[in-house]
Amino acid sequence: MAFTFKKRSNLPGFGLALGFTVLYLSLIVLIPLAATFLKASSLSWGQFWHIAASPRAVASYRLTFGASLIGAVVNLVFGILVAWVLVRYTFPGKRIFDSLVDLPFALPTAVAGIALTTIYAPNGWLGRPLAAVGIKSAYTPLGVCIALTFIGLPFVVRSVQPVLEDMDKELEEAAASLGANRWQTFSRVVLPTIFPAALAGFAMAFARAIGEYGSVVFIAGNMPMKTEITPLLIITKLDQYDYAGATAIAVVMLVFSLVLLLPINLLQKWSSSREEKTTELIPDVIET
Amino acid sequence: MQRQVLVAAGLLLAGLLLLFSIQGRAQGGQVSLLNVSYDPTRELYQDFNQAFAKYWKAKTGQTVTVEQSHGGSSKQARAVIDGLQADVVTLALAYDIDAISQNAGLLPADWQKRLPQNSTPYTSTIVFLVRKGNPRHIKDWDDLVKPGISVITPNPKTSGGARWNYLAAWAYAIKQPGGNDQKAQDFVKRLYKNVPVLDSGARGATTTFVQREIGDVLLAWENEAFLSIRELGPDKVEIVVPSQSILAEPPVSIVDKVVDKKGTRAVAQAYLEYLYSPEGQEIAARNYYRPRLESVTKKYAATFPQIKLVTVDEVFGGWQNAQKTHFADGGVFDQIYQPNQ
Repeated sequence: MAFTFKKRSNLPGFGLALGFTVLYLSLIVLIPLAATFLKASSLSWGQFWHIAASPRAVASYRLTFGASLIGAVVNLVFGILVAWVLVRYTFPGKRIFDSLVDLPFALPTAVAGIALTTIYAPNGWLGRPLAAVGIKSAYTPLGVCIALTFIGLPFVVRSVQPVLEDMDKELEEAAASLGANRWQTFSRVVLPTIFPAALAGFAMAFARAIGEYGSVVFIAGNMPMKTEITPLLIITKLDQYDYAGATAIAVVMLVFSLVLLLPINLLQKWSSSREEKTTELIPDVIET
Repeated sequence: MQRQVLVAAGLLLAGLLLLFSIQGRAQGGQVSLLNVSYDPTRELYQDFNQAFAKYWKAKTGQTVTVEQSHGGSSKQARAVIDGLQADVVTLALAYDIDAISQNAGLLPADWQKRLPQNSTPYTSTIVFLVRKGNPRHIKDWDDLVKPGISVITPNPKTSGGARWNYLAAWAYAIKQPGGNDQKAQDFVKRLYKNVPVLDSGARGATTTFVQREIGDVLLAWENEAFLSIRELGPDKVEIVVPSQSILAEPPVSIVDKVVDKKGTRAVAQAYLEYLYSPEGQEIAARNYYRPRLESVTKKYAATFPQIKLVTVDEVFGGWQNAQKTHFADGGVFDQIYQPNQ
């Protein structure tokens, strides 16, 4: 096995680089995760199940994963749009808009949470008009979705942007000249190209939202069964010195996240390999 | 190349010098303490630390600097359990210091017997903060469970202050004529049905009530309520004192394992004892904590209205019991939020 590895790789330093990668991933990711599982394994199956499947925990999974999914989907649609605008058009203040996109990365999440709550609270700038038409935003699941959309914004934009920049404008022009209407150009030419990148951004936004705590607790209202997110439930358990219970719920989250992220990654692989095949075809067509 | 070596050597030397000078100061009459406390004591200990530093300097010639750390009470306890080198802990409730004793063995189980009055140099209680003019006519606990009244209180599972709120409500219900556990449980259940937002800490709840203008009444530490009025001005909110409340005893203790390791036992002990001195009691009273000392209590009688106060020991049989029955997983508080009840 090692032999084939060596034979296939022409790049130097493979052994060293792989060794470092394994060590790095172990220290940063695997060992802390293993500790989580170990701590949770101090519970019997019955206890574990009792904690992990309690109605309150289940309600929190539903909210966390549901709101994260909604946030990620919103970001998928609007992230592509924002990336499109930032790449394809020039307009005054473009640079500022471009750097605004990164703001949710840079801002401490607690600050974001407080800011969002101030704005969406019933006496806030946006909360007041929303409340006037009967929409409660802060302290409802909607508020959770808003916060998770906010923190996930940069992911799709930043992963789609470079792909769009690399994509030749001529491709779209060619499509148009061959009689494709605008929607066809977008759906048959542009979308397949950016889809893998957009999906990667979607997966990152989704994963980030699942683990988000700081910004959500301020706007959620934290009512058990209604607006209590899973990370808060974990903190609640820790505050009662219930380390095992906290890790039990953490394990459920980890497993859920893996189960959800794996298909997304596979889909992304699949679509990018399909994409490669189609782009390979294009030079042939031109040559003949 | 040579220059780089020279610079490196110079930096190393400078670093070593700095290290020695710090150590030298630590031995030469300078000592530092870390006081790990909960949220609303920030202002109290800022004042107290200055006074204590002066007192200690006069008494021993030693300069003492006290560093403070504030946060949610149980989060702070957990930090100490996980290794934060606190010389003294001054937390919101005895249960959190018990947890340090039980989970990390940093102090003996009978820590609360070591200082007078349950190791609680100052007390507080739970009062109501309402909007100016008290538009909803909230006078006592009974008014909180009326339909349509919106009550702000944090989650007792994450906030020490909120546990006092909860227990005060329970104690009120059970002390009513014909009161029993069932009726008290009903009462708190109805109360929490009126709570639209459960913040995770006392300061968060104050923000929700004051800044977001949510709710008709905030259940608050008496000292927090006074601070809110001082910050907002008396034209925004006012305090309503209920007929009965709970004697909130935020206890203090030295952390034995830490002070023995750092060699700070004497000064840490003196720090806590000074809280009981007339000057310490004055500072507590000025920061709206109820003093223990009779002379200071009399002086501040106008600030702190007389309320019938019950203790956790008397109604709930101590914090360990209260915690187990009410706040543990599956306890009475959790049952309030069970879906099919």
